[in-house]
Amino acid sequence: MDPLDGNAIAGALFEHFGNEMTMAHVRCSHCNSTSLIAELRVYMKAPGAVARCPQCDEVLIVIVDVRGTQRFDMANMEMVSPT
Amino acid sequence: MAGTALPGRLIWQLGRVVELVDETARTKSIVLDVPGWQGHRAGQHVDVRLTAEDGYQAERSYSIASGPEDPRLVLTVERLDDGEVSPYLTDVLMPGDELELRGPIGGYFIWEESLGGPLLMIAGGSGVAPFRAILRHWTAVHGSVPTRLLYSSRSLDDLIYRAELLDGAHDGVEVRIALTRQWPDDWRGHRGRIDDELLQQVAWAPSERPLVYICGPTGFVEAAAQSLVGQGHDPRRVRTERFGPTGT
Repeated sequence: MDPLDGNAIAGALFEHFGNEMTMAHVRCSHCNSTSLIAELRVYMKAPGAVARCPQCDEVLIVIVDVRGTQRFDMANMEMVSPT
Repeated sequence: MAGTALPGRLIWQLGRVVELVDETARTKSIVLDVPGWQGHRAGQHVDVRLTAEDGYQAERSYSIASGPEDPRLVLTVERLDDGEVSPYLTDVLMPGDELELRGPIGGYFIWEESLGGPLLMIAGGSGVAPFRAILRHWTAVHGSVPTRLLYSSRSLDDLIYRAELLDGAHDGVEVRIALTRQWPDDWRGHRGRIDDELLQQVAWAPSERPLVYICGPTGFVEAAAQSLVGQGHDPRRVRTERFGPTGT
């Protein structure tokens, strides 16, 4: 399936962080590269959304809906700069 | 401030459908009145949420196709036959109905005069929607940045905003159309897909550092972005937005 990009999860991230996040820089803890959230490769067909590093494909963000509440897993990345 | 979104909060709001405009056989523009709408920047999108009687919800993102200066919010929706949301929006929704949406969203795929140019927009199919917002903004502020739109569509009949784009509503903007499947015998535009040669022709030279925005299906966006970067354009000045039939 063709991936989308970080723009596709901008609404969920905005709701979670209370701010526009697509221009935030994140660092991948696997390959150490830095990307804008807008540049992540996003797969929406999983049970939830999965955002991967555009350089090494490491999973950086997982967003899953559990009974109406969105759960975020961002264990493999570090926020380098705010928006 | 009743009815006004608090800054920093993204809330679901109701918009009322004022008008539905047939853009092509598969595409409609939904003109909305959204009380308390906080305004938007050209290129941003909204999330639309539908709720079934049993409580099942489906959400999709749609680019805002109206300019920040326009009086109403416009979303342009292409009908996907196996879609969960778009067939409702194009076939069932009527003027007077309400639609749940949140936004505006996005800080990356936006353009305003202060970002400068030259500005090159490359659209595949309904990926032209955010560029209509940018063009309307450009025209409303009497844009002085050299601007070109390269728009790839299957046929003339599939061209969204055809009258607006071909009749020179955005005076000063160069519009180039590529028709990929069908074209009239006397068609003077590009025939076939956007390729390296056409991009080289339409894009300014890399030394002029154009600011490039590409929106369309993933394959289209990646092919155009790779071609431009391969021709020496700075990847940091090539902004992309991919869309597809999926959503949460």
